[in-house]
Amino acid sequence: MSLFVDAIGVAMPGLDGWPATAAVLRGDASWIAAALSLHAPNLLPPNERRRATAAVRLAFKVAEEAIAASMLPASGIASVFASSDADTDVIHRICTALARDGRTVSPTDFHNSVHNAAPGYWSIAIQSRLPSVSLSAWDGVFAAGLNEAAALVMVERLPVLLVCYDTTPPEPLLATRGLAAAGGVAFLLVPVRSAATIARLIVTPSTQSESVINDTALEALRLAGTATRALPLLQQLAGREPGRVVIAATGSRCIAIDIEPC
Amino acid sequence: MTPLAIPAFTVTTALGRGLGAQLGALHRGRSGLRAAPFEGCGLPGWTGVVDGLDQPLSAPWQDWDCRNNRLAELGLQQDGFFEAAVRLRERHGAARVGLFIGSSTAGVHQTEGAYRERGSSSGPLPAWFRYRNTQNMYSVADYLRLRLGLDGVSMVISTACSSSAKVFASAQRAIAAGFCDAAIVGGVDSLCQTTLYGFNSLQLLSSAPCRPADIARNGISIGEAAGFAIVEPGADAAFALLGYGESSDAWHMSAPEPDGRGAFEAMSAALQRASLIAAAVDYINLHGTATPANDLAESRAVCRVFGSATACSSTKGWTGHTLGAAGIVEAVLSLLCLENGLIPRSLNSVEIDPAIEADIILETRRAPIRHVLSNSFGFGGSNCSLLFGRQP
Repeated sequence: MSLFVDAIGVAMPGLDGWPATAAVLRGDASWIAAALSLHAPNLLPPNERRRATAAVRLAFKVAEEAIAASMLPASGIASVFASSDADTDVIHRICTALARDGRTVSPTDFHNSVHNAAPGYWSIAIQSRLPSVSLSAWDGVFAAGLNEAAALVMVERLPVLLVCYDTTPPEPLLATRGLAAAGGVAFLLVPVRSAATIARLIVTPSTQSESVINDTALEALRLAGTATRALPLLQQLAGREPGRVVIAATGSRCIAIDIEPC
Repeated sequence: MTPLAIPAFTVTTALGRGLGAQLGALHRGRSGLRAAPFEGCGLPGWTGVVDGLDQPLSAPWQDWDCRNNRLAELGLQQDGFFEAAVRLRERHGAARVGLFIGSSTAGVHQTEGAYRERGSSSGPLPAWFRYRNTQNMYSVADYLRLRLGLDGVSMVISTACSSSAKVFASAQRAIAAGFCDAAIVGGVDSLCQTTLYGFNSLQLLSSAPCRPADIARNGISIGEAAGFAIVEPGADAAFALLGYGESSDAWHMSAPEPDGRGAFEAMSAALQRASLIAAAVDYINLHGTATPANDLAESRAVCRVFGSATACSSTKGWTGHTLGAAGIVEAVLSLLCLENGLIPRSLNSVEIDPAIEADIILETRRAPIRHVLSNSFGFGGSNCSLLFGRQP
């Protein structure tokens, strides 16, 4: 069983958007480390746009890029939101508040603390009532998200937006969860090839060792985040050559992705 | 869909450990909710506490020690589930058994303690704090994966209070897509201050034991639970998952769409996948949180799909709202109802809100049940309905 990639969104340090990322990964442009700019989620109403947390902004940045590059109506797209730690800024604020006398938790912080806060806002923004799955799988969360999204596409024949995102946690959490690179990636995956299709993918469980990037700085970036684990897949797609990429999931398991450019 | 056999299941809640304790409490009409505050919380209200979580995990698992993983371990040891899971692994191989666990807060209780110990300093968290093994959302599945020696596709599904209902859908899809041959699904969510003070900040915490569908209902009572099931195509089993339905409200982060539009779509999709008509369902285990908004919206959706004659009850008055574990708790209670021909009453509900037109059961009764529907809805507008019946 196979599925098709119709659109891509990328936001990682020094990699702003899919066209610029593809140029770097093809070797046509050099990678310059740069912090992510804070995105203003265009699809949120002004009040919620202003109050949106860094995690929601990151998820929206890549989701919006992928949707804009697609011809499908956004309300007809299901979603998978894969994040190891979701909103660590909110968790930090709540745990800080609970350590104080009075233990006053902000109601907004509380409803933003759920792991599915970003997809909750997303479904409202695009008015999609289709299924949405939010999941975590530590550093293997991109692979787990791709598994879930591929199954949704292939079994239920739905177009699915896969969004993988994690921000850098604030201290003191950062010292205990060393995600140095914030990063997000989005893939619009569809069951049937369209005029916008970039590539056909076949996803299978694998015991092969994971693919690496043959560039010291980019390889370091790959290992410094969660969505950044998708870099070998992005590089293969950027090169527009058929090939196989292997990405680590949980335990000793990997997933193999066979890519045929369309 | 092809019915998905469920050869083993278990649950541990405030009603006690394992299936026998749940059934005994349902027969005796005994609630698991208690007035005792959780860990000196200054909040009024009742909680569904699971006893016996003060014992640390055994030495090799010290890094994983937290209330949530202790609860996972306790749940695993009931009804021979651990042994059944090991046999499943031996049958299919460690790489071909999937693991799909629902949770909403994982081990945040441990993080709360670490921040408390750090106090007002701007220094690091205490050296004993293990982020990966406790705070991280995947930690409970990682613990179970290692405990059971599994090495297949594994994840934590975290969609607030629908988390451990959605694990059935994800497992079914992963099996159909060929990513695994069978799976262990479940949910584990433990009491913590984040949810107690958080629901209190939203004014959704009841000061009395929760009263689903009652005219005087004023919020939830929070509980904790661990439950698990094996799903294995073609297995020798009495019961099976016949259908599931998932939807998004696309309405509000913490309030349901008032007409229950998303709930309607989830229930309709479950019936459609099972190729069943509404009249084939004899009992609906409601999400029934006892907040004014949820119970009314859910009743509207139920009546739109089933009319107002299908027997409905919420078991939240028995176990409390176990949040990320509510899906598996109510899936397992639904299977017990099927097995025993039992329709439990909506405990603590006395005078039904006249706006709630669904048939809320106020006296536990015995009746033959062909099919049960179980609803789970969560923050972010995440809905999931599960349909269970006998294995054909």
